[in-house]
Amino acid sequence: MSATAAELAATVRTGARRARDVVEESLAAIAAGDPEIHAFLEVLDDDARARADAIDRAVAAGEDPGPLAGVPVALKDNLCTRGVPTTCSSRILAGWRPPYDATVVERLGAAGAVVIGKTNMDEFAMGSSTENSCSGPTRNPHGHDRVPGGSSGGSAAAVAAGFVPLALGSDTGGSIRQPAAFCGVVGMKPTYGTVSRYGLVAFASSLDQIGPLTNSVADAALVLEVIGGHDRCDSTSLPQPAPEVVVAVERGVEGVRIGLVSELVDGLAPAVSGRVREAALALEAAGASVEEVSIPQFRYGLAAYYLIAPAEASSNLARFDGVRYGLRVDGPDVAAMNVASRTAGFGAEVKRRIMLGTYALSAGYYDAYYAKAQRVRTLVADGFAYAYSKFDALLGATTPTTAFALGEHTADPLSMYLSDVCTVPASLAGHPAISVPFGDDGAGLPVGVQAMTPALGEPMLFAVAGALERAAKADR
Amino acid sequence: MTETLPAGWEVVIGLEVHCELATTTKLFCGCLNAFGNEPNTNICPVCLGLPGSLPVLNRQAVELAMRIGTALHSAISPSTFHRKNYFYPDMPKDFQISQYDAPINRGGRLELPDGTEVGIERAHLEEDTGKTTHVGGSGRIGGADYALVDYNRAGVPLVEIVSAPDIRSAAQARAYAGELRAILVATGSSDGRMEEGSMRVDANVSVRREGEPFGTRCEIKNLNSMRSLGRAIEFETARQIALVEAGGRVVQETRHWEEGRGETLPMRSKEEADDYRYFPEPDLVPLEPDAVWQAGVAAAMGPLPADRRAALIGLLGSAPTPAQTEQVRSVVASDLDALVVAAAERGAPATLALVRTANEVAAVAGRAGSLDPGAFARLLALEAGGELSATQSKEVLAELLVSGGDPGEIARRLGFEAMDAGALHAAIDRVLAEHPADWERFLAGEDKVRGFLIGAVKKATANQADPGTVNARLNELRAGAR
Repeated sequence: MSATAAELAATVRTGARRARDVVEESLAAIAAGDPEIHAFLEVLDDDARARADAIDRAVAAGEDPGPLAGVPVALKDNLCTRGVPTTCSSRILAGWRPPYDATVVERLGAAGAVVIGKTNMDEFAMGSSTENSCSGPTRNPHGHDRVPGGSSGGSAAAVAAGFVPLALGSDTGGSIRQPAAFCGVVGMKPTYGTVSRYGLVAFASSLDQIGPLTNSVADAALVLEVIGGHDRCDSTSLPQPAPEVVVAVERGVEGVRIGLVSELVDGLAPAVSGRVREAALALEAAGASVEEVSIPQFRYGLAAYYLIAPAEASSNLARFDGVRYGLRVDGPDVAAMNVASRTAGFGAEVKRRIMLGTYALSAGYYDAYYAKAQRVRTLVADGFAYAYSKFDALLGATTPTTAFALGEHTADPLSMYLSDVCTVPASLAGHPAISVPFGDDGAGLPVGVQAMTPALGEPMLFAVAGALERAAKADR
Repeated sequence: MTETLPAGWEVVIGLEVHCELATTTKLFCGCLNAFGNEPNTNICPVCLGLPGSLPVLNRQAVELAMRIGTALHSAISPSTFHRKNYFYPDMPKDFQISQYDAPINRGGRLELPDGTEVGIERAHLEEDTGKTTHVGGSGRIGGADYALVDYNRAGVPLVEIVSAPDIRSAAQARAYAGELRAILVATGSSDGRMEEGSMRVDANVSVRREGEPFGTRCEIKNLNSMRSLGRAIEFETARQIALVEAGGRVVQETRHWEEGRGETLPMRSKEEADDYRYFPEPDLVPLEPDAVWQAGVAAAMGPLPADRRAALIGLLGSAPTPAQTEQVRSVVASDLDALVVAAAERGAPATLALVRTANEVAAVAGRAGSLDPGAFARLLALEAGGELSATQSKEVLAELLVSGGDPGEIARRLGFEAMDAGALHAAIDRVLAEHPADWERFLAGEDKVRGFLIGAVKKATANQADPGTVNARLNELRAGAR
């Protein structure tokens, strides 16, 4: 599908095009392309058609189904969908059907969107390539021997392949932005607390945020306005409405002070660094002032992240014990059943992080690992605070390289972790960040440029992202 | 309760009391907080810990916790929640959300009815677990065929109240638990029912020779009644002293009170040391009750048991006897003091109102609410004026408690007519004439026949004669005969 979500919704709302036709186009594209890409774990053909028909009836009756009327949307499989399998790409949740919808799913539905299916991901969102899935990897639509990134790789690939104009992902240390960069789409992580996490199967609760993956910056803004805003079911949800960002996309960057972060440019793949510097020049040409800034604290971000996130995960994933839902492998007593179920149900990377996190929280190690990592997290936030005392927004690469080959990093977890190095700082600080496609690496693989702003700086973020998108298109 | 420790020994006790808060709903979701419903009917994604669900703190639970803190003179403080991680099937998330290093109530004290003060270390909020029932086989944890879990209780709000190790006897431990229970009930924060598990007590017990540092403690669990609490502490104290005197050493462990056997036994030791991997609960935000909220909670609280006891004693008009002190304690503990006050306000003698309430009314406490204080006061006035004997008054009271009505009418219906002095004196004279030998012995100062004579007069008057009045008349007659 080449039309944007905003364009599709506009045609459906006026009755110019039936939602059913839009949904059929999406289903046909999936049927044709997904056997090769494997972005979807589950396609909800019948449900989607019924939902589209209901929207068409509403339009015919003179009602307005909402700003996403008839827009097909793909959901990462860690978002709970009532009655529809939600597996997090893990054997341990095989067959589990949540009795409730995530808040974001309810809000998309209330805005007229049609859920087309659930997308592949790294198991429990732990990974950067979507290879840690019990259903096998997703392929990058820009190079089928390449990973789509992760963990929201299925959602990024579904948008990049034209199956849907819009998908939701979750971002803990870069899991929306990194696959968006690898697949050449827009991926946005909101300020922590902007989008309700109710119904998002938790990986690392203090870092997780849900956000959009789209073909345009305007669509990402539209979706954020739909899914954002206070939710009483999430205590960490900020008590305020969704940010007004749609109007910001066209605002431009005249007079905006932009810091080009050395740590997110230097030492990366040359093709990536080159595109980031081009992007900086383009913003300057659009009226912004650009200066290079070093935030040395960023160097410690990755290490802190890989202690904090596994620590929280080790606790969040304890409930998968074979007692109440999901996989149960019997044993002679309850403890043995717990062990057998978890041993069979979790993949290697999930087990590795549970072990790491358990260790980091253990008596005698807590201060040296978890507590110290939290102090580093504060340091990273301090680094940002310093930079934002001089700049309105920061710019850098989203990823150190373009999409790597399937299997390239699976034998070496550390080298895989390094692909999050550019995205982790904003996650640790809870700040908003967006990856916008900006050309390719000369070999046909997309490059993503990342913009960041302070907490609740979404309007400025979308203004910068809009300018980047216009510059990238002009460049083509 | 007998409690004589060998000379030179002292027992040191600290109590940890878990009480279920009397909230409408659970601590982190909207499910009903109710006891006795069909298993697994008060559950939802949150209290089942379903993937993706998140906790939202219950405001009423916070307010009840603040009431407890206020009553215990704690500092109500900014607090946070932590996760206590361990695997157990009745804990849906396999971690418990609890307060750890920043509890809502810090410090405090509890004054026992006898004036002794016990320090309070903290009183913090946490969630309850579900309930496991082991079925088949031996029915014990190790030998059951299978287990059933009821999650109705999972997520019910608890406050854990930790005392300082200030308690020095089993009797004092019982007094502490009793006073704490009275405070919980009086503040409306919990129903304090030990038998339903809404108040659960664990005791930390150690012994030492006087003047020495604290000994090694054992934690005793499964104390389901005040009686168990006292018995278990006495047993454990004796066990530890005997062990040390025999040259042994107390090992720090958790012990289970076996009510049937009357002893504490070590619980099966876990294979690994407990490491709960506490860390801050990232799904909840810090809780910082401001001064306005705290003041509102304090203002909404009724008077505390100690104040209510003082008010009753004030009504008596003189220093209370030991029996009255106990009556005051029990009337306040069973929440019947308002009746005494109301009767006294309507002119009834306070001492009489107290004793009738502590005994006759408390015996049918469930019906006390339907007792009209005005009728109660009129009844007590009839008794005080000698128009009804004590026995008759109790019979009328029993009738009042069952079906209400006017005490005078009930007395007439039951055939209790006040005896005038002339009729009573005549009846006494008749009885004395019928028992000349006993009368002689009474005149000779043999007081043990007094009861017989009073009983004979009561019998002769079909219980209409008031024993006190008869007694006074007997004294009068004896004085006159001398």
